[in-house]
Amino acid sequence: MYGAFMLFYKEILRFAKVAFQTLVAPIVTALLYLLIFSHVLTGRVEVFEGVEYTAFLIPGLMMMTVIQNAFANTSSSLIQSKVTGNIVFVLLTPLSHFELFAAYVGAAVVRGLLVGAGIFVLAVWYVKVPVHSLPVIIGFAILGSAVLGAMGMIAGIWAEKFDQLAAFQNFIIMPLSFLSGVFYSIHTLPPFWQTLSRFNPFLYMIDGFRYGFFGKSDIPVETSLAVVFAFFVALSFALHTMLRQGYRLRF
Amino acid sequence: MSPPAVSIHHVHKRFGNLQALAGIDLEIQRGEFFGLLGPNGAGKSTLINALAGLVRVDAGSLAIMGYDVVGEYRQARRMLGVVPQELIYDPFFSARESLKFQAGYFGLKDRNHRWIDELLHELNLTEKANVGMRALSGGMKRRVLIGQALVHKPPVVVLDEPTAGVDVELRQSLWQFIKRLHGEGHTIVLTTHYLEEAETLCERIAILDRGEVVALDSKAGLLSSGMQRRLHIYAAQVIARVPDSLRPKVVSIDGNHLELQLHKKTDSVVAILDTVRGAGIEPLDIKLEDDRLEDVFVQLTGHKIQ
Repeated sequence: MYGAFMLFYKEILRFAKVAFQTLVAPIVTALLYLLIFSHVLTGRVEVFEGVEYTAFLIPGLMMMTVIQNAFANTSSSLIQSKVTGNIVFVLLTPLSHFELFAAYVGAAVVRGLLVGAGIFVLAVWYVKVPVHSLPVIIGFAILGSAVLGAMGMIAGIWAEKFDQLAAFQNFIIMPLSFLSGVFYSIHTLPPFWQTLSRFNPFLYMIDGFRYGFFGKSDIPVETSLAVVFAFFVALSFALHTMLRQGYRLRF
Repeated sequence: MSPPAVSIHHVHKRFGNLQALAGIDLEIQRGEFFGLLGPNGAGKSTLINALAGLVRVDAGSLAIMGYDVVGEYRQARRMLGVVPQELIYDPFFSARESLKFQAGYFGLKDRNHRWIDELLHELNLTEKANVGMRALSGGMKRRVLIGQALVHKPPVVVLDEPTAGVDVELRQSLWQFIKRLHGEGHTIVLTTHYLEEAETLCERIAILDRGEVVALDSKAGLLSSGMQRRLHIYAAQVIARVPDSLRPKVVSIDGNHLELQLHKKTDSVVAILDTVRGAGIEPLDIKLEDDRLEDVFVQLTGHKIQ
């Protein structure tokens, strides 16, 4: 496992060396969302009874940033390595498929948790957010970023050009994360959109994560946990199959 | 008996319409210095990539030190160091970091840093060890690639065109370094465009063309297998004209020096000299030359290597 640890460590150094772009920028963006939406909507919208809109917004923004950055970490690392050719350095090693998976996804989780924690630490200066259950918060953050880390790996392996990866990010990841109840409760949507939203796996990540703060959610937290976990298992299986067959890595 | 360093059996590989490897059989013994020659597109890199596990073959099998490159990929990869042809590097890191991570992927812990220092020193990289890879010259990047291939001390080292685009001075020092590795017991497999390189370094040579092995022999065997030889005649006077019967054999005429290409089996040197004397040219000295690798190569593949 030492080999996998070194790859994990290298992946962390890779994003840490450009921390301005990989950690600071997403935190600042999330805080800007918070500033603007809360300024416009506080006092006009109340999603959960007795919860200020700004407070409601924080977990959603945190989770959205967590998963987007987890996705960005694996996908950009892989596509860069493929385009520059240095993916070969990893492919020539005796690292097993599982070790590759664990190292890349592990680093994505670390980046996700760092941006999530960064937003929280800065946002609580601005507005008070309760913490109902820390294990639930951390559990969903880890699981959510692992799902997106695995998804990013799949996208990074599949994409042959930066352009294809950008399409994946802009037409799949971004809409799914924006439409997952970051800014609203799905109960405020018309029935058709509510039903549709239930097919969005990101909804369960954000809803479960938010439960960890307020002890309230649109969907029972156990259901969310089960859905996110099942999603993780399915993606991991798909990814493992891709790695085993050398899909788009070994020709 | 211990298994050979490299064994390749009936390997086929097709990319779309292109038959890259059409049934390759090859065995390379431990401790050999083996050359893999062939024109562009002959399948050399595909074969090497198949050994490294970067290419999956359609049929056949490959093994390094007896370990199957698919079924026992973890053991096989520990036995193999590959220097890729392209100048690839990770722009995020320095030479030392690149070597450290590569060692780490092979499960080698920090105590191996002495070996990394030694490698950096041997490859003349110590001064630039902590500079970002992006800032290194092409020759230096090439040397880091060699270091990365050797970081886990593999018994089999494969170099895919290691001196392509490298200046003469560095080429010489790389040759020295590769010779030393061979001297220390590594099995070396080298692909190259420079026939001079293969002639100087390799003990045994395979020539690949259109995905097939068209020749496989020791260097000496390959050189003597050619059916042609050169006859140099140095005359007492400037050679003005050559008898008509010799014209097709003339390679060059330069003052008093006449160079002819002869067929080993059908052309008699004595008869040719008689003809020359008959035409009033008095030979002062003669020299017979066997084919060079380049000539053998052209005869076997029908084209030049470049």
